Amino acid sequence: MSPMLEVKDLEVAYGKIRAVKGISFDVNEGEVVTLIGTNGAGKTTTLRTISGLLRPSSGSIRFKDQDITTVPAHDIVQLGLAHSPEGRRIFPRLSVQENLLLGAFARKDKEVTNDLQAAYALFPILEERRNQPAGTFSGGEQQMLAMGRAMMSRPQLLMLDEPSMGLSPLMMKRIMTTVTTLQQQGTTILLVEQNAQAALKRATKGYVLEVGSIVLSGTGAELLSSDDVRKAYLGES
Amino acid sequence: MDAFAQQLVNGLTLGSLYALIAVGYTVVYGIVQLINFAHGEIFMIGAFGALSTWLIFFDGNLALWVLPLMILGAVIASVTTAVLMERIAYRPLRHAPRLAPLITAIGISIFLQEAVRLFYDEVPFFDFPDAKQRVPFPQIEVVTGPAFQLGNVTIQRSALFTIGCLVMCSAGLWYFVNRTRTGKGMQAVSQDPDTARLMGINVDRIIVVAFAVGATLAAVAGVAQGLQVTNINFRMGFLAGLKAFTAAVLGGIGNVWGAVVGGLTLGLVEAMAVQFIPGTFGGSPWKDVWAFALLIIVLVFRPQGILGAKVVDRA
Repeated sequence: MSPMLEVKDLEVAYGKIRAVKGISFDVNEGEVVTLIGTNGAGKTTTLRTISGLLRPSSGSIRFKDQDITTVPAHDIVQLGLAHSPEGRRIFPRLSVQENLLLGAFARKDKEVTNDLQAAYALFPILEERRNQPAGTFSGGEQQMLAMGRAMMSRPQLLMLDEPSMGLSPLMMKRIMTTVTTLQQQGTTILLVEQNAQAALKRATKGYVLEVGSIVLSGTGAELLSSDDVRKAYLGES
Repeated sequence: MDAFAQQLVNGLTLGSLYALIAVGYTVVYGIVQLINFAHGEIFMIGAFGALSTWLIFFDGNLALWVLPLMILGAVIASVTTAVLMERIAYRPLRHAPRLAPLITAIGISIFLQEAVRLFYDEVPFFDFPDAKQRVPFPQIEVVTGPAFQLGNVTIQRSALFTIGCLVMCSAGLWYFVNRTRTGKGMQAVSQDPDTARLMGINVDRIIVVAFAVGATLAAVAGVAQGLQVTNINFRMGFLAGLKAFTAAVLGGIGNVWGAVVGGLTLGLVEAMAVQFIPGTFGGSPWKDVWAFALLIIVLVFRPQGILGAKVVDRA
């Protein structure tokens, strides 16, 4: 069986600066795959290119056996690929419920209401505050909303960019537990994280990015025990 | 007291017209951060669209049932022009520096004025009047004619029509923005275009819709203006457009309800200034001075406008 997502020799440049320098990786159905690395390693750029917000200068992206390298961003979500962007990017002046429903914008089926209930079941606080403007939320609540919104498109593959950024340890744990829950419910996940420890613990597979290139890859457990990773990303000497 | 009531009516009428046009500035700005200075010409073309519809199909017929069809003609003319303008002139400049589309807007504005001035009477197959001077606008029954008297206050029928147009258009706009899928998409794009794309919203389409919505309201305003002033001309969009832009800034540019509030405020200030500022600086010749003075005061002391709070959520 071919992988659900297959990225091949991907290169992305901002003007003359190459942010991603020919990386290849794949994500199989049911996996949690994580990309780790420091700021500026090209993780966010990679996700933004996969979801169509950026155009690669070369390389290809295949999703469910379809070449999506040049598919516009607004058509990609309909294929079953959702992207919860870095910094959460909820719509601040819309209510929580309106934000969630925008996640289902591309859908034409009649089960959106059920999925709204599912999102509320996942994060009950969202239901309590469903009419509140999303801009008044704390970081953790906004992250829940961003994830709930992404799930509203019924994705087969969910890309999460730095979901734990700026959160309290408690909230971070809550978000990471949800990642596992979503995986158990059948969503494949591509997770970008600076918190390498938390990400690798849950990952079936991980890739380490350094200035635009993949320097190391392996199962989550392998990377967790790798000396290089421990030194560079887990703060051990 | 009578004078005040009279100016209240005049101000609301004028303000309704400004508000209808101002919505077009603000909706487009909210989506693409572009001041479409050619929007006044969309208003002018609406008036000519209505006139053309009347000349082609109903020449000489002033019955009320003709009016909706004239409005339809106005809307078709305005929306077509606005959509073509976006497609041909603005879209290729989407990622250009801000100054480029602004200069383009001024160019389009002059282009449209001159096109109407020079070619209106040259349109093949139709016997249109020369538009180099004022062209009489059909005075439809019921919405024009003898004014109503309320005590000492005179209320023109066309004034009631204009205010009614604003009320109906605002209600329609509210419904569209808050209750339809496309309207929700529009709000999403104005708050965060990239993330809107991730939701599956086609941003190019939303931009076209924004231009079309603005053009629709401007077209209605064009008809209202024709009925009120009894004639139209190729330059009518210039000052009206500038005033409506002022109204949009006054209310808070990017905020749809700000355009309505700003339009009505500007209309009332103009009317009251004409009546109540005494001496040399009073009276109708000075009304434009006071209108733009108000713009400067707002820009200095409350640059975000009366309702605007747009700046906050740009991270």
